[in-house]
Amino acid sequence: MKKKEVLVLEELLGSNKKIAAEIRKKLEEKGILTTNILGSPGSGKTMLLEKIAERMRPSYSMAVIEGDIETERDAERIRAKGIPAWQIITGGACHLEAKMIGKIFPEIPENLDFLFIENVGNLVCPASYDLGEKIRCVLLSAPEGDDKPKKYPKAFTTSDCLIITKSDLLPFLPFNLEQAKKEALEINPNLKIFATSALKDSGIEELIEFFLSSLHNLRQKNA
Amino acid sequence: MHELSIVANLFEILDEQAREKKAKKIITVKLIVGKLSGVVPECLETAFDVYKKETIAEGATLKMEEVPLKVKCRRCGTEITKDDFIFICTSCGSRELTTISGTELLLEKIEMEV
Repeated sequence: MKKKEVLVLEELLGSNKKIAAEIRKKLEEKGILTTNILGSPGSGKTMLLEKIAERMRPSYSMAVIEGDIETERDAERIRAKGIPAWQIITGGACHLEAKMIGKIFPEIPENLDFLFIENVGNLVCPASYDLGEKIRCVLLSAPEGDDKPKKYPKAFTTSDCLIITKSDLLPFLPFNLEQAKKEALEINPNLKIFATSALKDSGIEELIEFFLSSLHNLRQKNA
Repeated sequence: MHELSIVANLFEILDEQAREKKAKKIITVKLIVGKLSGVVPECLETAFDVYKKETIAEGATLKMEEVPLKVKCRRCGTEITKDDFIFICTSCGSRELTTISGTELLLEKIEMEV
């Protein structure tokens, strides 16, 4: 019996990163701003996308990829707003991976402005998977509590943008908005923070402006 | 619990390496797991034990080296080991920190019988 030690030093998520980099390159070349949306189940990801769709639709083209363990429901909700949507049913997997986006890629229209990917509801696993997005947003709904950034650091350290949702409930909850912002900025000083209520239609305009200026920057870079 | 999916990726690399080096079996697999890699070593171990059955790594041992999260201040140069995820320099209060280590998730080496 002969023993041999082989030094490998290979990233375990290397194959995902490679596919994600290819997707990002292609989407950016097309001038499509891609956003990966993370958040717990029930944090309001789909409803926020419905609101964004309502505002964007008259002037901009957008599409949505929905990730869920089961059902086509979220994609149906988006389609009801007149927006093309694809549903990825993971059948149990707790996150989306770049290769799942890669399968849908050929169907994505060329002349799109915005592509949103709604990840599987989970604050843990999706944080480890690059999907080829330009912007990563993490949602934190007021009922979840202001302590989540510290408890689930990876979702917040890897995001560009924190969207506090259901802000209309803040007066009824022991959620300290300033404390949540402070803690989130401690673990990621570069986070852009928005407080929104899709139900009361507040804070959505600022968020749309952020996406529009990000799209503008992307296309300026291309030009 | 995405550790099973990560272990599936690990086995793709193990299979490839074993084929290339004409290994009869894999004895030890050594990983480097960063504190902010997003995986739980215990879950990785469980997933590895489930996955290895009837593979070339059936009897293999999984070893893991946990790497702390280390950052360096771009303003004053201080290197800090972080366990609180507060990205503020403890020396000068700057928020301009660069992560040096702790986010990695690597297959470092494989011990095999050839």
